Amino acid sequence: MSARDFLDKIEPHFTKGGKLEKYFGLYEMVDTFIYTPADVTRGATHIRDGNDLKRTMTFVVIGTFFCVLMAMYNTGYQANHAMEVMGMKDVSNWRGMFMSLFGYNAMNPLSNFVHGALYFFPIYIVTLAVGGVWEVLFATVRGHEVNEGFLVSSMLYTLIMPPDMPLWQVALGISFGIVIGKEVFGGTGKNFLNPALTGRAFLYFAYPASITGDSVWVAVDGFTAATPLGLAATGGLEAVKAANYTWIQSFLGFEPGCLGETSALACLIGGAFLLYTRIASYRIMLGVFLGMVATSLLFNVIGSDSDPMFSIPWYWHLTMGGFAFGMVYMATDPVSAAMTDTGRWIYGALVGVMTVLIRVVNPAFPEGIMLAILFSNMFAPTIDYFVMQANIRRRVKRHA
Amino acid sequence: MEGYISLFVKAVFIENLALSFFLGMCTFIAVSKKISTAMGLGIAVMVVQAITVPANNFVYHALLKEDALAWMGITGVDLSFLALLSCIGIIGALVQILEMVLDKFFPALYFALGIFLPLITVNCAILGGSLFMIERDYNFGESVVYGVGSGFGWALAITVMAGVREKLKYSDIPAGLQGLGITFITAGLMSLGFMAFSGIQL
Repeated sequence: MSARDFLDKIEPHFTKGGKLEKYFGLYEMVDTFIYTPADVTRGATHIRDGNDLKRTMTFVVIGTFFCVLMAMYNTGYQANHAMEVMGMKDVSNWRGMFMSLFGYNAMNPLSNFVHGALYFFPIYIVTLAVGGVWEVLFATVRGHEVNEGFLVSSMLYTLIMPPDMPLWQVALGISFGIVIGKEVFGGTGKNFLNPALTGRAFLYFAYPASITGDSVWVAVDGFTAATPLGLAATGGLEAVKAANYTWIQSFLGFEPGCLGETSALACLIGGAFLLYTRIASYRIMLGVFLGMVATSLLFNVIGSDSDPMFSIPWYWHLTMGGFAFGMVYMATDPVSAAMTDTGRWIYGALVGVMTVLIRVVNPAFPEGIMLAILFSNMFAPTIDYFVMQANIRRRVKRHA
Repeated sequence: MEGYISLFVKAVFIENLALSFFLGMCTFIAVSKKISTAMGLGIAVMVVQAITVPANNFVYHALLKEDALAWMGITGVDLSFLALLSCIGIIGALVQILEMVLDKFFPALYFALGIFLPLITVNCAILGGSLFMIERDYNFGESVVYGVGSGFGWALAITVMAGVREKLKYSDIPAGLQGLGITFITAGLMSLGFMAFSGIQL
């Protein structure tokens, strides 16, 4: 018996009148996850397209593939490297059991990869489990459907966690992101802030000790290593170069940082995929990029004697920190971004400008992309409103 | 000049009256259902703020501050305990006068603002602005900039709030949270976004 037959056989239990009708959301989730639903829009809809929510969301998850690979490899590489520097021979917790099979050698790709995976998967599994419980709970009680959007939020949320984040905080953050950021507004497509970033911003202000500073970016206890962005905030580009980070290294992603954000290359490959499949808006991505370039050039020209961040060139802004990740995956979230074409340019530029502005002038936060995107999410509906008003005025004038 | 610009930026973004101090919440939540109305109220607040803060500053420095009455030849008198009362009185009187002036000379604007103008009298953002001005000891020039800036910041916040709420019309909010509840949550999430500016030293 194929899975299709099985699903069809048990379907009557879940539809109206069946004994498990309350749990239709669960049934629907499994069914549409395994099989593409045949539902199509009916009535007077103008746009007919093969695309649907399932494909859109799944493509974003596929788009993060290289970021996930890099997340595992780099986390393991940084951890192995840190252990070498500190002269540690093995890890005494449960990870040591697995790692005793592979050894701890930063030169051995397999060891790096497995070591990183041992940090990536606990966070990912906790995120999926806790977030999934909330999703299913809300779907069951409120009678809407669980969809693949949650897979995107949980994947992106995992990739913006520091590798050593305590798991209970991971659970708390995704709970806030899913419940307050999304479900109280009615679920996927109804929220106005990016849920993954809302969860992270909550953790950022509630537990700054485990998501900021110099000791959280490498998954080895007691090892401190500032991210290149943190170095740049205190000492400018000289400090980054003094710590032996080259631009290529930062572009490829071999630097301490959140799990998936370090590699600009992996993000850009994912971005190219999303643009090719037309899932993400090129207007937003280009807007973010141009906004960032313009603002950093402006700061380069202004210059400052006391603040070394003023002189950071734009190509370093691109590779350091989470800029590339935010530009490709976070800012382009179609729900929380602007909806009009002109609005998308403005919205993207606002993200780029704000990111550099926070990085350069705000000493409280070395990284700016997270708050810049949340801030722009908030302005997106207003931007749309003014774009539409301008459009109405123009057409009135044309036909007057 | 540079000092005035940084004071303006500070008043608009870093110390936004609505989203950092949560002042003027009653009107912020009640009148933010439509962008056009919210903008009207925002402009009204900005105008009133730009008039009342400097006026209060003038009265405070000319009459109430310690030894302020020296120009009358009276020294050793400190009336600053009357600051709260005089602020409320001056705001009330000025809004009343402004309303009459608008009614007489700009009837279109008067009808556009409608009930908002008298409402502003009891808006705590307005009183808050004047009290901050006294507490931080601004001079007259600074008080003009602060008045315009804080009013603009509040107007910006309520416009953005109205934009978000217009979008949320299409949301599916649980019955228990509809109306006030979701608006409070929205305001909270918005101030999370405004945290981007906290910590900037100007």
